[in-house]
Amino acid sequence: MEKRKYQGIVNKYTPKENRMYNGLVAFVVGGLMGVLGEILMELYSYYLNIPYKEASVFMIVTLIFIGCLLTCLGFFDRAVHFAKCGLIVPITGFAHAMQSAALEFRKEGMIMGLGANMFKLSGSVIIFGVVSAYVFGLLRLLIMGA
Amino acid sequence: MIYLNSFLFCGLVCLLGQIILDNTKLTPGHITTIFVVLGAFLDIFGIYDRIILWAGGGACVPITSFGHLLIHGAMASAADYGIMGLMMGIFNLTASGIASAIIFSFFLSFIFQPKD
Repeated sequence: MEKRKYQGIVNKYTPKENRMYNGLVAFVVGGLMGVLGEILMELYSYYLNIPYKEASVFMIVTLIFIGCLLTCLGFFDRAVHFAKCGLIVPITGFAHAMQSAALEFRKEGMIMGLGANMFKLSGSVIIFGVVSAYVFGLLRLLIMGA
Repeated sequence: MIYLNSFLFCGLVCLLGQIILDNTKLTPGHITTIFVVLGAFLDIFGIYDRIILWAGGGACVPITSFGHLLIHGAMASAADYGIMGLMMGIFNLTASGIASAIIFSFFLSFIFQPKD
């Protein structure tokens, strides 16, 4: 009884998030990130004379640099607070997770702080990505051939 | 036209992530991990390659392309070396992303102090 009453009070005072608004902001910001990536890819392949497929690598490196730099300057946290998944799901979210872990743990020392904790937030992406890619690749190799 | 396609695809992926974030108790770390696995899964039958042809850069920006590049490098190497090639080539295409993230965040963490 007490517990249910308490839960009711908690539910009453939890701030209601506007899901429609959050979704719309994430859609627009994420879409703009996609357009920025496309523009960067075309610029790189036009001015540096590299194939369109290779230009995606250049574009990813550029976006990671922008994400790292903006995280360092402190803009990115405010932007993530506003756009949420619109900036977390693009590759900038990966850079942001890595950079904030590096900034936070650097004061604990070079090896045990920075070196040991840099992948603290973004390590799961790499580990689960590699494991799932290996399993799915094995399946595809066994079923369909190379 | 390809700008509209990339806007739509990248926006829809982000919208899907936002819906998951708002309606469940999963954290952003869970969501990025789910999307990487989803990207690798979509590449089993080559679906993601067709999405990249349709949406261009918009399909390369979300974290799903990370899983796609992992399995793509593994399969390209497996075509040459068989089953051992899966492990040899798994980082071939994503190496630039991981290496640049490590290098930039290492050096930038010397220059800047953490805010708040």
